[in-house]
This record gives sequence, C-alpha cells and structure tokens, in this order.
Amino acid sequence: MKLKAPERVTFNKSGFCPGCGHGVAGRLIAEVAEEMGLADKLITTVDVACGSLHLEDWHFDTVMAAHGRTLVTAIGLKKVRKDNPVLAYYGDGAGYAIGMAETIHAGLRNDNVIAIVVNNAIYGMTGGQMAPTTLPGQKTTSSPYGKDAARFGKPFRIEDAYSGFDIGYLARGALVGAANINRAKKMIRKAFEKHMNNQGLCYVELLSPCPTNWNLAPLKAKDFLLDEMTKHFPLGEFKGGDAK
Amino acid sequence: MEKNRTDVTRCKGCGYCVAECPKQAISFGDHMNAKGYLTIVVDQEKCIRCGSCYRVCPDYVFEIL
Amino acid sequence: MSERVLMKGNEALAEAALRAGCRFFAGYPITPQTEILEYLSWRMDEVGGSYTQAESELAAVNMVFGAASGGARALTTSSGPGFSLKQEGISYLCASDLPAVIVNVMRIGSGLGDIAQGQGDYWQMTRGGGHGDYRTIVLAPNSVQENADLTYLAFDLAEKYRHPVLMASDAAIGQMIEAVELPEFKEHDIDKFDWSVKGGKVTEKYRKIQNIFYSMGPAYEDFLREKYAKMEAEEQRWESTAVEDAELVFVAFGISSRVCEEAVEGARAKGLKVGLIRPITLYPFPVKAFEEAKKVKAFMTNEMNLLAQMTDDVRLATGCKIPVYHSGSIFSISDTQELIARAEEVIRAAKGGDRT
Repeated sequence: MKLKAPERVTFNKSGFCPGCGHGVAGRLIAEVAEEMGLADKLITTVDVACGSLHLEDWHFDTVMAAHGRTLVTAIGLKKVRKDNPVLAYYGDGAGYAIGMAETIHAGLRNDNVIAIVVNNAIYGMTGGQMAPTTLPGQKTTSSPYGKDAARFGKPFRIEDAYSGFDIGYLARGALVGAANINRAKKMIRKAFEKHMNNQGLCYVELLSPCPTNWNLAPLKAKDFLLDEMTKHFPLGEFKGGDAK
Repeated sequence: MEKNRTDVTRCKGCGYCVAECPKQAISFGDHMNAKGYLTIVVDQEKCIRCGSCYRVCPDYVFEIL
Repeated sequence: MSERVLMKGNEALAEAALRAGCRFFAGYPITPQTEILEYLSWRMDEVGGSYTQAESELAAVNMVFGAASGGARALTTSSGPGFSLKQEGISYLCASDLPAVIVNVMRIGSGLGDIAQGQGDYWQMTRGGGHGDYRTIVLAPNSVQENADLTYLAFDLAEKYRHPVLMASDAAIGQMIEAVELPEFKEHDIDKFDWSVKGGKVTEKYRKIQNIFYSMGPAYEDFLREKYAKMEAEEQRWESTAVEDAELVFVAFGISSRVCEEAVEGARAKGLKVGLIRPITLYPFPVKAFEEAKKVKAFMTNEMNLLAQMTDDVRLATGCKIPVYHSGSIFSISDTQELIARAEEVIRAAKGGDRT
C-alpha cells in the first residue's frame, strides 16, 4: 500500500504540539478533498485558535474568521460561491461557547456547509482553560480542583442539541489509533459527499488529544481520550449515517 | 529494501507510531532533530507496509513506498 | 434616466444596494432599520441574490465577512444597539482588507436608548468603533435620494479601498417618504478580484484572508497610513450653502442639515450672514470645505447628541482658531426659528456683544 501525505498539506513547519490531533484532522480533510477531486475548488474557514495554524500548512484558499464565527463566515461564503465546497474548521470553544448561537442556528437552518469541529475538552490556544466540553472532575487552569458539573454543567453534546433538527449529517470520530482515524476519514468523506449533494449541514466532531494542556504524555493522552472522553462523547453517526 | 521512508525533521516524538505498529518495527532512536525531539527509526525488515504509522502520525513523517 | 418614484428612505437604500450589484444581505430586525431587512427579504430573491435573517447582528456581520471574502458585494444594516454588535465584524473586515457596506440607521441614546432619530453614534462611526487602529469612510445621507445615491457609491468606495464603508443614516431619513430617482442596475463579477477566495490548483499561489499584518509584516503600517491618506485626499465630500461671506456657519449632516438649510434661508431673509457646511463624508471629514469660510466669526454644529460630538472635527478642521458652538437636542430635530435666534445671538456675541 503506497501512502504519502497529500500535496495540499505538505509543509515544512508544523506549529502543533507533539501528539495533537489537529495534524491528523488536517491531513484527513486534504486526503478526502484530493480523493474526491474537490481539492481545486475547496475553500476553508478556520477559527482563531490552534486550528488556525492550518492557515499556514493547508494549500487551500482559506479565510481566518473571528472566534466563534467560523461557521457563519463559511455560511456567508457558501451562499455567494455555491459551486465551491466550503468547510468550516474550528474547536469546541468556538462552537459550543462563544459561537453556540451560530452552531444552533446553522443546525436550525440546515445551512449547506461542512463543519469539522475538533473537540479536546479544553481551550487549547489560551493554555488549557475549562470549556463547555470539559469532563466532570477534569482539572484545567480555570478549574484547578476539577470541574464541578453541578456549577458549570455536564459536557456539551452536539447530538443532544441537534436531536430535533433535520441536518444532512452528524457524526463523531476520534483522532487517535489507526482504526478510529480510518473511521473518522470515512465520516469526513461522507460529509463531503452529502455536502456536494446539497444536503445541508454536514457536521463531524473529532475528539482530539491535547497532551500539552491535559498535562499528559501523548500516549497517556490517547488513553484518556479513549477511556474517559468517549464515556461522555460516544463515537458514531447520529444523523444521515448508514443505519438509516 | 526501503519500504517506509521517514522525514524525521518533522517528528515530534509523540510515540503514537511506536505504539501502533503491529510488528514492533518502529522504535525511538538516539537522534535528536533540530526541533529538539528524540525521533523514531523504522526497521525496514520488519515493516509490512500496513500504513498504521502513516495514519496515526500527526506530523506526516511517514511515506509508505 | 429612470423615473422618479415615491419611496421610504430605508427601502430606497435597499433597492440602491441591489442596483449597485449587492447580492448578499444578512441582518437582524431592529427599529428603525427594519424596513431594509423586510424589503430585501423578498426583493433579494427577485434579483437572484442571497438573503439571510441571522440569529444576531454578530452572525449577520460575520456572514458578510464570509461573503466579502468570496468577492461578493455584501451588505448588513442595523441601528444603535445592533450596530454596536457589528463592531466585531467591522474591525475584522478592516484587519483583513475586505470591502463591505454596513448601514447604521441611527437612533437615540446609549444602552437601549429609543427608536427616534439621533446622531449620537458620530464618534463610534468616525473613530473606528471597535478594537484596534482603524477608521472607515462614513457617508451621511440627508434625503431619500441620497440614501440611494450614497449606498450606490458606498459599494464602489468599499471596493476601491478594500475596506468597509459605513452609512450614517437615521430614523428620520430612513422612515420618510420622498421622491427618488433610482440608479441603474449594474453587474458585479465576484471572480474579478485576484485576492478573493475561489479555489485553485495546488501549483497556484493560494489565497489567505487573514489579518493582513501577518502576511505583510513591517510594510503594514505604511500600507495602512497610505490608504487613509488617500481616503483623506480623495474622498472628502460636502455641500456648502452661502459660506463665502457668512459670519456664522452651521455645520450639520443628515436630517439636521435640512433644518439648517431652512435656517440659513430664514436668517438671510433677516439680513444675517449665515451659511451651512454639510459634511457628506463624516470620515474623511471635509476639512477642505472650511477654507471657503473666509469671513466666519463662529461655527455652530447642529447635531442630535448631548456631547457635541462633531465639534471636535470642526475645531480640528479650523486649527482651533474659530469658536465652535453646538446646538441640538437628542430628543427632537431643532426648530428653525430657534436656530435663527441662536444664530443672531452668536453673531452679536462674536462681534463683541453679549456672550451667548
């Protein structure tokens, strides 16, 4: 089996920390776009935080949006460039805190864009603060004694929030382990296919380790993701999957 | 015979590939790259070109030939 | 030449935007701007454009950011409190070198304020209302006709400078109905810019819309200073009435300027040498207009705000050499006869009589 990172992500310097899932997510998106023959037309929007580093290594026309407005920036773009696939790429802080209104209303309207949301249960770029996705008891720099879910809420789950909406596709994958990564790629591919079929919002959340801010070595972070995070964030397809 | 070409200038030493390799063909060597990370080495004899390392690597170190 | 029709100011603005080639609108209802959104909710479909009623002003202005990135002529409109929420997007548009038109149909007061006409957003609009270092061209219509004409112009200026352009309309201009001659339809080709995102081959240089100082480095400061200098040199717009021999010159924009026009006429009939400078661009402020006022003893702004916001710019335009008075209230448009009486007092005081 011949395998080589796609031209669209070939770069000299990667800014991500060791063991971070963003590098894998970026590669999967580029692989799917190339395999589907869409790379020449794909336009991406990125948020301001860690994920924005793709701005430097993605060979796609890319817009860097305001924090939490990545999805609506992509929506505005798609409405004027209907022939281009448009993908919004951002994190859980952007999607489920500052951009929650945008997340909900994009689902309500079933806007025709791809959303790839990297969930690492914390704010990465600002140094590991508590997020709406932080696990109960998880220690972060702004919940140093562990997140008290009674005060700050349980981890936010997009499949619950979108349960009543007719969106094109909703799935959650993980960016650790070859089997999970293969599965995540299939989800991204399905999102692209449905997007090209104008089926509305095609949304893939990807669980990512953040070894730096979890204060764990990468392999321990991988274990934490698979053992703890998936208890709150089940993997699989929730809308528009094969089961239907 | 080269089966698995690596560019360890990109390697950040996370070890995902070492843990993932079904044939224990990847291990940490003693080379530190310019970024200051201890990098991996591939035993070309043991490699079966399964591509697991390519898939889990966040830094695009591997090319399966 | 198209026929004259009766239209509400807000609707004329909306129609003119479409005729300027605008094919993207996103907005949120707020009085007294809402007719723009309502009009475009059906009219945008007729011209084949995209209309979205967004979940908030933040979402709307950032949709405009996205549409502008793609090379489209994009519009969002709001009033007072909603316009404050647009500041995030305006700052990002400036930082990313993107054209767009943002309309503020001004209302009165800080906080919720009220829905009546006001001119209290002068500082916010002319000084760069969001974070960071920036200003934007601000156009101030004073009639339904100008609501159409200046909106049409706004898209061209936004494109010329790759910079957002703001419209300072107000409740009175937006709500009144007057005869208007609408501009001709023109087409806008969204692929005409080399900088807009559109996709490309892997071998091509790919386009990044981002804070331009990331890509520009140290040249950024000169680039922006030159951009603003060019705006100040080329875009000052104003209308002068009886300024040359005037001893008192009113300075007023928007709805206030219409009362001042009447006051100038009334004052002249009484033998008072009164004139009017009406800034049409609030930024760049029309400093050139003030060179003509050679006999002037005092200026008086008439603006519907408490803090006499525009007097700052009048003092700067005249090197603080001439006294500047303020008239106006946030609660109502000034009364012509009261303005004439104020003018008379100020002229007497300036000639050495009683202080006013």
